[in-house]
This record gives sequence, C-alpha cells and structure tokens, in this order.
Amino acid sequence: MEMLSDFLRSLVLTGRDLLPIALLFAFFQVVVIKQPIANLSKILIGTLYVLLGLTLFLTGLDKALFPVGNIMAAQLTDPAFLLGSKESVDLTHWTSYGWIYLFAATIGFATTIAEPSLMAVAYKASEVSGGSISQWGLRITVAVGVAIGITLGCYRIVSGTPLHYFITAGYIIVSIQTFFAPKSLIPLAYDSGGVTTSTVTVPIVAALGLGLSASVPGRNPAIDGFGLIAFASLFPIISVLTFAQCTHWLATRKKLRTSKES
Amino acid sequence: MNSVNPFQNKTLVYIATKLKKSAMDLLPIVLVITFFQAVIIRQPLPQLGEILFGTLMVIIGLSMFMQGLEMALFPLGESMAQSLTKKGSLFWLLSFAFALGFSTTVAEPALIAICKKAAEIAAQGGLISQDPAALKSYALGLRLTVAFSVGFAILLGVLRILLNWPIHFLIIGGYILVILITTIAPEEIIGIAYDTGGVTTSTITVPLVTALGVGLATIIKGRNPLLDGFGLIAFASLLPMIFVMGYGIFYFGIS
Repeated sequence: MEMLSDFLRSLVLTGRDLLPIALLFAFFQVVVIKQPIANLSKILIGTLYVLLGLTLFLTGLDKALFPVGNIMAAQLTDPAFLLGSKESVDLTHWTSYGWIYLFAATIGFATTIAEPSLMAVAYKASEVSGGSISQWGLRITVAVGVAIGITLGCYRIVSGTPLHYFITAGYIIVSIQTFFAPKSLIPLAYDSGGVTTSTVTVPIVAALGLGLSASVPGRNPAIDGFGLIAFASLFPIISVLTFAQCTHWLATRKKLRTSKES
Repeated sequence: MNSVNPFQNKTLVYIATKLKKSAMDLLPIVLVITFFQAVIIRQPLPQLGEILFGTLMVIIGLSMFMQGLEMALFPLGESMAQSLTKKGSLFWLLSFAFALGFSTTVAEPALIAICKKAAEIAAQGGLISQDPAALKSYALGLRLTVAFSVGFAILLGVLRILLNWPIHFLIIGGYILVILITTIAPEEIIGIAYDTGGVTTSTITVPLVTALGVGLATIIKGRNPLLDGFGLIAFASLLPMIFVMGYGIFYFGIS
C-alpha cells in the first residue's frame, strides 16, 4: 500500500514536470502551426511510456538506490569509520579519506552510466554521426570525467580550497583544448557537461558532499556541501575533448603511416 | 537463450532485449554498492527485499522511458523544429525556444529546493532579513532568474544555429564572463550559482532540446547536425551561472 502511494505521488510529480511541456506543444501546434501532429496516437502512447517509465524509475530509485546511497555516504564519512583500528586520525588531512575518494569515483562513474539524459544524448549523437560515435564509448568517457570530477570535488571539500580556483583552472583547460580538438565534436563535448547531472547522480552526490563537509572539522555544510555538481558538469567536457583529441591523433598518425608505406 | 519456448514471439523478445539493456545500465551501480557494502562497510543492507524490488522497478522504468523517448520525445522535438522552420517566422521559433527553456525550468523541483536552501544561507549570513516573507521573495526571485536564463540560453542556442555563430567563442566568452563575475560576486551566492548550472536540465527537457537542435541543423541548408545541432544544453548550463551571480550582485551589491 505504501509502495502504491509512493508510486502515485511520484506519478503526480512527473506529470507536473510533463504538463508545461505538453501545454507548450499543444499551444504551438494549435495556435501557431495550425496543423495536426503526424502520428498523434504513436506520440501519445510514447508520452504515456515516458510518464510511466520515469515514474517507475524515480519510485524505484527512491526505494532502492537513494536510501542505500545515503546510508553509505553517511557511514563512509562517519568519524568512527574513518578512525578504524587506528588510535587517532588527523581529520583535517586529506589522506585520511582514502575510501571516500574511491567511493566518490566509482559511484560517480556508475550513476552517470545509468543517467537517462546522457543516454538520450548518446543515442542522438550516434544516430547523427552515422554510428561513428558509439553510444557506450561516449557514455563511458563522460562517466570517467564525472568520476574524476567528483573525486577532486571531495578533495576540495576536505582541503578547503576555494571552489572557483578549480573551476577557473578547468575553464582554462577546456578553452585550450577547444583549439586543438576536432571541430565536429566540440558542441557534443560542451553538451555532455550539462547532461550528466540529473536524476540519478545529483541526490547521491549531494548526500556525499553534505556528509563529508559535516564530518571534516572547520567545514560548513551550507557552503562547502555545494559545488560537487559543478565539478561533475565541468570534467566530462575535459574528458570528452581529450578522448576526441586522442582518437583524432591516432587516426591521423595511422593515415600518415599508411600513406608513407604506399 | 530459451529458443524452443513456444510462447516466444517478437514482442516478447523485443521487451526482453530492452530490459536486458537497462539491466546493463544499472549493473555498475549494483556492483559499486555491493562491493562497498560487502568489503568495506561489512554490514548487511537493511530491507534487502525492498531494495531488490526497487531495482526491478528502475530497470522496467528505464526501458519504458527509452521506448517513449524514441516514440514521442525525439519525433516531437524534431517535428516542431521542422514545422516552425517551414513557417518561416523567426519570432515564433525564438518564442518557442524561450518558452521551452523557461516553462520546463520554472517548476523544476530540484531548482525549487536549491532556491529555498540558498535563501536560508543568505539569511544565515545576514545578507537578507530572517522573516519568512523576505526569504520567500528572495527564493522566488532566484527561481525566476534561473528560469529566465535557461529560456534565454535556448533562444541564444537556436539563434546560433540559424546565424552560424561559432560555438566555442560564445562558450569561452561565457567562461571568461563567469570568472570575471566570480571575482565581484558575494561569496554566499557563488557555490549556488555554479550548481544551478548543473541542475537546470531535466530528464524530459534534454531529449526535447537535443531533438530541436538536431532537427534545426538538419533542415537548414549548410548546417551539419553533429557540428551545429548540439550545444543547446551547454548554453543552458552556462548562462544560469552568470545570471544567478548577477542576481546576487544586484541584490547585495558588489562584494
């Protein structure tokens, strides 16, 4: 019964998300374009799939993933766990948090792989490029970027370095990379920053950030807990650009070699 | 697998492949959680049955969502791009772009939560008065600022596709602006400003916006869908940062 009420509540929330979009499309279709939508029944069924699918997805996450993720983030940042068998641990030193970095990296990677927005973009990119951009290739590259980003973000919370140092440095790297990366992949790389952080990643990462800044002495959860999402949206851009550069470089080198041989 | 199953038909096989794909997407999370639970934390998970049932719901939900994406969201975004270009009215195309960004952001629960939190932080820092009315108006102003900036971002992105502006100059220009504004923005707003960039694009918005961009780049002559169709989401994650810090400066003055 409780499950059902959770499901219904989630259905209402998803419906509320969908409603403005439905109204907007209906308005433009009726008032501006004045033409019926092609395949209306297929689109309505598809919209129903989106509504039900997203509701199931969110209810399931609430039941399974988020409680576990929150418990684990709390347990791993608990000073009692950090102490372990040792007599004392310097809680202000960044090396005391080894497991947290590993957790941050792996959970960042794993939640990004399961992120529906990224799947949508990867699907479109693969379709538009005629399959030369593989869906899994793009998703794994982005997930590696998120993993690095969140790990660095945790280090920042522990060390207390101001957020904008990292962000500024990241922007400079992206700007330099932009001039060397193959042109056709630049827009996709920029987009992959924004899509990584939605339904699955944000709640778990936020719990991790808040838990961590609460247990490191001298940190304020209200200020230091924020910022992890910014890391998770910046580093995928760098990883996708790096990947694009590497494959491009390898391809040109191969071409050079074959042209030399012949 | 079970190739001699008499009940097997095309639909079932189709559903099974979809479910298997979604299960693969979920596998890394299951592995990470199992590893940390079994090896590091070494405590049994509470309510294991409920967790397994929830995971099953996530897998089915994800499969349905991806199906709906192909059936509805992508075609809708593309057909809207097509119809509006055919109509040839720049005004309606840009209005649609703005409205799509604004309407999907303004009611976003994640954004509402962050704005409320931001108001509390500002009140704690003594930047605004503690009474509920002041908190509410600050949070609402922040929310409208973000929604407006996302609408404006999609509009700008569509304009870029139409006028063939090079994306990297706009994005790098935006970065420089973010860095410059950061130096004069009040500290309490910076972290929130950076995070709002990430939370504004929801799971329903991303496919629609992507389809809109790719659709436009496919229809307009001389544009390459890969080179010109993407990039709308990049604007939608960059502009909110600039606008939110601007809001902070407007509200509290230069730090």
